[in-house]
Amino acid sequence: MTGGGIDVHGLRHTFSGAAGDVQALDGVDLAVPGGTFATVVGPSGCGKSTLLRILAGLLIPGAGEATIDGETVIGAPGRSAYMPQKDLLLPWRRALANATLGAEVAGISHAEARQRARALFEPFGLAGFEKAWPSQLSGGMRQRLALLRTFLLPAGALLLDEPFGALDAITRREMHRWLQDVWLADRRTVLLITHDVEEALFLSDTVSVMSPRPGKMVAHVPVPFARPREGSIVTSPDFVALKAKLLAALDAAGTG
Amino acid sequence: MKPPPLVRQSLGVAGRYLPAIVLLALLVAGWEAWIRVFDTKPYVLPAPSRIWRAFLEIRGTLPGHLRTTSTEAVYGLAWAAVVGVALAAIMATVPLVRRVLYPLLVVSQTIPMVVLAPILIVGFGFGMTPKIVVVALVGFFPIVVSTVEGLTGADREMVDLVRSMGANRLQVLRHVLIPWATPAFFSGLRIAAAYSVVGAVIGEWMGASSGLGIFITRSQTAFRTDRVFVGIVLIALMSIVLFAAVEVLARLASPWMYVTKTEEHQ
Ligand SMILES: Nc1ncnc2c1ncn2[C@@H]1O[C@H](COP(=O)(O)OP(=O)(O)O)[C@@H](O)[C@H]1O
Ligand SMILES: [Mg+2]
Repeated sequence: MTGGGIDVHGLRHTFSGAAGDVQALDGVDLAVPGGTFATVVGPSGCGKSTLLRILAGLLIPGAGEATIDGETVIGAPGRSAYMPQKDLLLPWRRALANATLGAEVAGISHAEARQRARALFEPFGLAGFEKAWPSQLSGGMRQRLALLRTFLLPAGALLLDEPFGALDAITRREMHRWLQDVWLADRRTVLLITHDVEEALFLSDTVSVMSPRPGKMVAHVPVPFARPREGSIVTSPDFVALKAKLLAALDAAGTG
Repeated sequence: MKPPPLVRQSLGVAGRYLPAIVLLALLVAGWEAWIRVFDTKPYVLPAPSRIWRAFLEIRGTLPGHLRTTSTEAVYGLAWAAVVGVALAAIMATVPLVRRVLYPLLVVSQTIPMVVLAPILIVGFGFGMTPKIVVVALVGFFPIVVSTVEGLTGADREMVDLVRSMGANRLQVLRHVLIPWATPAFFSGLRIAAAYSVVGAVIGEWMGASSGLGIFITRSQTAFRTDRVFVGIVLIALMSIVLFAAVEVLARLASPWMYVTKTEEHQ
């Protein structure tokens, strides 16, 4: 499955609540070419999750356009594979049934969906846990299962909101190498949210930097390293130099 | 060698209830001793042994009464569940209905059944129907309240996740709201089940030809306190059986609620 590109123009959104208005997004522009891996980094509270919820069709923005594969996603859920910040596994479904949830919603035949899901349990490091209840899985396994569920969705673009946020540093590095492998296998468009600069550089083709709230894009950094990237790349001089550049952009955004 | 799971489970259950059973046995023994030592008149308080003899004496007439009361309790409970869930679904979907009906439901709970029962008899006659209605009215409230809470309390983010997959309202209901509300519904049903037999008995007091309620009333007028106690024990046992049946249903309908983290997953 090749992915459709993601295009965002002039996205603005203000939450109004009892405690007053909160402007979360202030004219966000972003273009992710089909089949590439893009990451957005930014301080917490800058509107990253809001951007992804809009792209997932769940939140209607105050202004702006957002398309995936040329089709608008404003108020139109179901056109992307969205992984929220929490794993949100359904406690009443066993692991395998959680993985096939999207297929069921899409009306894909049950037997076929189960077969496809089963085949992915091994590469996602979940072999043998098909019948486990979510409450019986460790934090890392829950995240991988949520990711597996997202990968199984029949959509060309993946929207991943801090998928490794809940993991420790060692497990996280393992997951980075592994995500690169599974992504290289089918090359769908990915928009990843993170506040981990190393994660962003290791995984992405481009990294976009968001300003503190109200969020907008303040820098786009291309990442030229060839794939597949080795785990050791993070200590190479080129990588370290790019990391310094990205951190500087983040700091500039923070003070600016 | 470990015993097979079923045996282990029943041993676990027996172990769990053992303290309660021991306490009950001690109470019964103390009761028996008290009656013998102080020579209490049997029509004031009969000894357990006398209650047991009364049971053996009249056990032939009991199945009919048991059948009547248990039928009333089960039918009443079923009606309470069906009507309760339907109303809860409407109240959960239409906020206006919820705001109007909730206070009315709470007020309705302050009307004593003893006042309502004669009116029901006027409306439904002396058969099983008014008793079923009493049981349904008693069980209806806890079921509605807990089911509404379950349906409206579903995790917003879970609903959003399923919506992001393109789910329509019916699919959201099926994949998130209903499973989410199932354990809540069962906690309401559990309370309703605990009160259902007593509800049927109260209904029978207003006039009936068969049932544990009328059996107790007749025994009372005949000053057969020992038989009254037979009735009381049977009511308690029937309530326990119904409660256990609901518990079994709850485990079948929401198995994930009964998973222990250490249990093997295969
Ligand atoms: N539903 C909401 N209602 C009101 N304010 C919200 C809501 N969702 C997010 N916000 C606010 O919008 C800002 C951006 O939130 P979010 O997109 O979650 O940030 P990030 O994911 O970058 O940490 C925050 O200040 C947050 O408090
Ligand atoms: Mg966030």
